[in-house]
Amino acid sequence: MSHAPTSPTPNLAAPDADRAPRAPRFAATDLTRRKLRAQRAAQVVFGAMAVAILVPLVAIVAYLVARAWPALGWHFLTGVPTNGMRSGGIWPALIGTAYLVVFSLLVAAPIGVLAGIYLNEFARDTWFTRAVNLAVVNLAGVPSIVHALFGMGAFVLFAGLGKSVLAASLTLAIMTLPVIIVATKEALASVPTAFREACWNLGATRWQTIRTIVLPNSISGILTGLILEVCRAAGETAPIMFTGAVFFKAVRAGDLFPYRPDEQCMALSYHLHTLATQVPGVPEPVLYGTAVVLVGFVLVFNSFAIALRMRLRARKKW
Amino acid sequence: MPAPAEPGLPPAAAPAPGPSTGAPARPRRLLWRAWRAVSERTLVTLIALCGISAIVFVFGIFFFICREGAPFLRDVFTFKGFFLSQEWYPTSETNRRFGILALLAGTGSVTLLAMLFAVPFGLGTAVFIAEFCGKKAREALKVMVEMLAAVPSVVWGFIGMMVINPLIVRFTGAPVGVNVLNAGLVVGLMSVPVIVSIAEDAIRAVPDGFREAAEALGATRWQLVYKVIFPAARSGLLAAVLLGVGRAVGETMAVLMATGNSVNIPLGRGFPWFHALESVQTLTATIASELGDAPRIEALANGTYPPEAHHYQALFVIGIVLFTITFVINLTADLIVRGIRNRK
Repeated sequence: MSHAPTSPTPNLAAPDADRAPRAPRFAATDLTRRKLRAQRAAQVVFGAMAVAILVPLVAIVAYLVARAWPALGWHFLTGVPTNGMRSGGIWPALIGTAYLVVFSLLVAAPIGVLAGIYLNEFARDTWFTRAVNLAVVNLAGVPSIVHALFGMGAFVLFAGLGKSVLAASLTLAIMTLPVIIVATKEALASVPTAFREACWNLGATRWQTIRTIVLPNSISGILTGLILEVCRAAGETAPIMFTGAVFFKAVRAGDLFPYRPDEQCMALSYHLHTLATQVPGVPEPVLYGTAVVLVGFVLVFNSFAIALRMRLRARKKW
Repeated sequence: MPAPAEPGLPPAAAPAPGPSTGAPARPRRLLWRAWRAVSERTLVTLIALCGISAIVFVFGIFFFICREGAPFLRDVFTFKGFFLSQEWYPTSETNRRFGILALLAGTGSVTLLAMLFAVPFGLGTAVFIAEFCGKKAREALKVMVEMLAAVPSVVWGFIGMMVINPLIVRFTGAPVGVNVLNAGLVVGLMSVPVIVSIAEDAIRAVPDGFREAAEALGATRWQLVYKVIFPAARSGLLAAVLLGVGRAVGETMAVLMATGNSVNIPLGRGFPWFHALESVQTLTATIASELGDAPRIEALANGTYPPEAHHYQALFVIGIVLFTITFVINLTADLIVRGIRNRK
């Protein structure tokens, strides 16, 4: 009995003694070794590919910021272009983009969210619903320049809006609609059906269920979609080129309401395009600065959307 | 938009406020119910209308570009003169010719080169994200890919012009750096996120049972990927590539700034590599660069159009071509993806 407490020691030692002879028994065969080598090589190659497509992103952003550094500053954001756009700031373009984004959001947000609600909550699985879904995919896949042609044919000419903030924002709204529809649909789909059933059993109507149960539980996902729409609308150039963006417009520095909805406006993305291709002799910091502000705006907003989605996923209770 | 319906909905209103007994309460409650039913009906109709708006818009796009392009289709268009001729002289005084073969070749060459970059890297990244890396790395990579997708196309074009252009001139000795290679690189980087996200979805849709079976047989991850995942996710990967092609064909601003915009079929200097160093002009860039200068001219009194009017209309016909190409690509990709879903 007195030996009992000491007995674990030899037991622990025993595996150590076994370890030496075990090696040859489980030695890798040639086949296994080759297999593992292929496995390691594949992992490295695929990892390298992933890095290879992401390095340019980081490198480019860093490079743009480095080249733009001398121009960046508060006065660059709030100043007006001077000296034939070769110096000064980008305020008119910045506020113009804000106009386009806000107007397009005002149009696209209700239609997109309601369309998402329809597709997820009301539509049954019929050929018609399939056609609607296909139309959403197609709307997202139509080239941006074709949207521009549509905007020109429908809003500028047919509706008689002329080249204006309104026509450009409507074009942007239709172009970015799929972003909101898809995000809303996914957000709603992630709400469990049991939630809805519980609500229906209390006698609530369809819309009451949606308003009190489904929407509150999916609001972050919908917001994510709206933020992504803002990014998309702010970055697009082709659709506004012929529907409302203008090369230059005299605006007071820091003026918050410089454009009327029926006027043309400047826009950041179009401003970058014209600076880079139409205006000779623009100093590099101004050029790169414009690009950095555009990229910075889009990436910052995009990270908001991503952060929101991650919070949502972390907080999810079901 | 839901504003008119809002007052009808607060559930707090269910027990009618004010005098709950007596004659006036009942008609009010009835009225209330009627209002609620009507508002609910209205709202549901509104939702359904918005729901089908996507279809309306797709048809609207097709209708309006056809409307503007119709006179050209009626008066000038011939299959041979439009699709099979490379003579794009829309503003010639004496003999206007509208042949888009060279533009098709421009779009084709840029897309081809872009896919040469984007397909291996996109699929490789998707495989890495889905099968090879841990949870943290996966999240980080997906965020980065999303960021890559968010960079506006005009910025890509700017990068092509200002950054890649001098690099190409220095390393290849080409006279200009805005060419197929430049645009291919830029557009390739732009289509990678599409390919990655669709391909990753396709790979993750492969049932776990397949993975477990392969691992039980002693397969390594790599064997699992190329013997099990690739065949099982084949059609999804094809859809990913197709959507990448769709993105590349439709890309406008980046190719406008990075291809050099010269109407040219990139053939004829021998070794394939050098073709990539020729400047081209794509379908999208043609519309973007010429629509501003092409005047829209109304029909004459007898219903015909003066020859100057055809340039503007021809650009809309190019729009129809682009719309059709992307429509077919998206339709095919959708059918493939749906096919997978139905089979499961």
